[in-house]
Amino acid sequence: MSNNMNLTLKVWRQKNAEAKGELVSYQADHVSPDMSFLEMLDVVNEGLIKKGDDPIHFDHDCREGICGSCSLHINGRPHGPKQGITTCQLHMRSFNDKDTIVIEPWRAEGFPVIKDLATDRSSFDRIQRAGGFISVNTGGAPDANVIPIPKVIADEAFNSATCIGCGACVAACKNASAMLFVSAKVSQLALLPQGQPERSRRVQAMVAQMDAEGFGSCTNTGACEAECPKEISITNIARMNRDYFSAKLFKSEE
Amino acid sequence: MKLDAKIPQGPLAEKWSKHKFNLKLVNPANKRKYTVIVVGTGLAGASAAASLAELGYNVKAFCFQDSPRRAHSIAAQGGINGAKNYQNDGDSIYRLFYDTIKGGDYRAREANVYRLAEVSVNIIDQCVAQGVPFAREYGGLLDNRSFGGSQVSRTFYARGQTGQQLLLGAYSALNRQINLGKVTMYTRHEMMDVVTVDGEAKGIVTRDLINGAIETHAAHAVLLCTGGYGNVFYLSTNAMGCNVTAAWKAHKRGAYFANPCFTQIHPTCIPVTGDHQSKLTLMSESLRNDGRVWAPKTKELAEKLRKGEIKVTDLKEDDRDYFLERKYPAFGNLVPRDVASRNAKEIVDEGRGVGTSGIAVYLDFAESIARLGEDAVRAKYGNLFDMYQQITDENPYKQPMRIYPAVHYTMGGLWVDYNLQTTVKGLYALGEANFSDHGANRLGASALMQGLADGYFVIPYTVGDYLATVAPKPVDTSHPAFEETKKVVVERINKLLSLKGNKTVSEYHRELGHIMWEYCGMARTEEGLKKAKGLIQELKSDFWKNAIVTGVNEEFNQNLENAGRVADFLELGELMIDDALDRKESCGGHFRLESQTPEGEALRDDENYAYTAAWEFKGENQPEGLHKEELVFENVKLTQRSYK
Repeated sequence: MSNNMNLTLKVWRQKNAEAKGELVSYQADHVSPDMSFLEMLDVVNEGLIKKGDDPIHFDHDCREGICGSCSLHINGRPHGPKQGITTCQLHMRSFNDKDTIVIEPWRAEGFPVIKDLATDRSSFDRIQRAGGFISVNTGGAPDANVIPIPKVIADEAFNSATCIGCGACVAACKNASAMLFVSAKVSQLALLPQGQPERSRRVQAMVAQMDAEGFGSCTNTGACEAECPKEISITNIARMNRDYFSAKLFKSEE
Repeated sequence: MKLDAKIPQGPLAEKWSKHKFNLKLVNPANKRKYTVIVVGTGLAGASAAASLAELGYNVKAFCFQDSPRRAHSIAAQGGINGAKNYQNDGDSIYRLFYDTIKGGDYRAREANVYRLAEVSVNIIDQCVAQGVPFAREYGGLLDNRSFGGSQVSRTFYARGQTGQQLLLGAYSALNRQINLGKVTMYTRHEMMDVVTVDGEAKGIVTRDLINGAIETHAAHAVLLCTGGYGNVFYLSTNAMGCNVTAAWKAHKRGAYFANPCFTQIHPTCIPVTGDHQSKLTLMSESLRNDGRVWAPKTKELAEKLRKGEIKVTDLKEDDRDYFLERKYPAFGNLVPRDVASRNAKEIVDEGRGVGTSGIAVYLDFAESIARLGEDAVRAKYGNLFDMYQQITDENPYKQPMRIYPAVHYTMGGLWVDYNLQTTVKGLYALGEANFSDHGANRLGASALMQGLADGYFVIPYTVGDYLATVAPKPVDTSHPAFEETKKVVVERINKLLSLKGNKTVSEYHRELGHIMWEYCGMARTEEGLKKAKGLIQELKSDFWKNAIVTGVNEEFNQNLENAGRVADFLELGELMIDDALDRKESCGGHFRLESQTPEGEALRDDENYAYTAAWEFKGENQPEGLHKEELVFENVKLTQRSYK
């Protein structure tokens, strides 16, 4: 096809967590604008494998923007140039012939590089484990319609709950702060009646774990909200701060 | 071995209650002396791991992704069925049971399906208690919508991201148990084999995907919650990592594989654009609530459209054939998936397909947008429309979507009895990994229901019945079987790494996919299947000579991971062909061209094929043994499915 593109990639290659990494140039030719960004990398990797070289490693799975695995820093922006989508949803029609594209992993103390473009985001899991749940055992739940929840509240809780845990918010933040990620879960459960009994314990436990993982502070630049592929609002951070301070102020349960 | 499904006696509606009472219990003080391994952390795995830990068992959970939250259940869009009858439209447990049995074209077990319908109501309660933000009405109560194959509204949903919200609920329950120390979580670990001792499952062998360490883990019972095998077709709506390896290894260790040829081709997916394509994207079935499926009335019009001589919006009402509404007035656009898919294929085969490739039909929202307004449509389906536009660069608010069927789900899987135990004692299969509830076709919004039913409400009871027969003694990996199994795993990895040919693993995978899609896809014939069998055998032997696998084991090596998975798909593909050859009838998603009604619908042969085909592995390159579990229908009458 005539509108296929020839591109130069500069990709971060790093053998393992201990090794020193560097940007390596690759040529990606005859790239169709209908390809997704990851499919373009697949083609480059097929070429590398055929030569017996180590392919570029990156995390990816669902390729429809919901699992949160993919995590590329493209030309200085988490998930690339377009707003409100993940890397796997980015298509090559967003680029031009002869472009140079710089591809790096997430850069944050809380996300050490494992290899090439794949990072270790288990810190996010540990934050969720600290308190991102409602303590109900299986069985014995009351009928689902017993507590009516106003539609606006349910919708707002849903908006917070759409976080995919990709880490773009951290990667976008100059302080590598995880406040948007943490506040999204805190808000979802704080908005719902089911989340009330553990509300103050939850926010304190999750914030403590967030700090222990080495994520930075929030200075309200809003970069996280701008780069979030699910467009989660920083209103969540305000909610979390309010809950956190009132929990501390009234010394409610630990 | 004679198959015993262990279906309880008594009236259908009382079977599960009675059975629960008859199951042996493990006393609370003893529960903490047992260890259970759970492989996979999707809806079935996460819910099982959390629920068992809540009961007091020690759980070791494994997933190959970097976090349990990334399992592919996360991508389910449309919803989850629950027989709540909140809409006062005549729903009941019996009706959900009936719709599911009929939708599955009478190839599922009555008792299992009834239990599924029975616990569906508990699932909704449980999820709401966990903080799952389902869609609600202005009055604050839960909202419902309709899915294919039913005439009531019983589907609960969270915009187009229901799977995500349900999985995050189960993930939160799992996290709570990890935090309490009852679950030990192993991420980026892939299960490589099952360890059996005297025919009972006693543990697993895993590979740490970061450093290649091959580890053994012991337990009193092993649960496989490892999803389906749709990626055998290469292109599917599954995630890239979805694979059959865990189930296949279990199969080779003695677990029978049931109905492998029962695969679901989902009617509404975004069509393929080129060879570079790595996966297909689903457009939720819920869209058929408001979207109308059509194609141009004549070949000539379709050809003009394909050439770009006319635009789709130029076509007048008279030029459009709303073929589902025309052929199935009672269910219209909401016929079950197999029926909708087959009809789309027919249209394309007739030369009436659209898009540049001619392999697509339209899903049109113009009428709904006129009736409800664009904002209302956006509120319901906004994220799906955005996804469509992202991929195709076309605006579905302004012109109809182009859709075509794609592989989506596998009804087949490991054979399990009523307790979800495989033919290997102590080895269980849950969720999509088993075969049990959907017969030859799964209804929409029933996969989420089954995964959670198995994990939250079935396995916590049934696994205890087995554990009560096993001594509550600590387990370890000292039995020689662990070392022997580990050796098999290491040898295979070394064999893969020795492959330095000239063809990439993905190229083999794509070729396998082409064969499967062509001969074991939406329409199958004796002749085609036989041809496919030969092609797969050739491909498999070529793979083990000419594939390229780069790098070493002791590193993060995605090429090696993929090679192991594709090698297993090559073996599974052949079994699927054998199963499709054996079943000379058509039923649900399994359409044998030789067996159709005068109207072109799937024609079952209840006299000869009302059984579950359970295949036994008999050794490498040996034909598998077929065991038949006869299906007994005491409550529903077998009829030709009609959605007219």
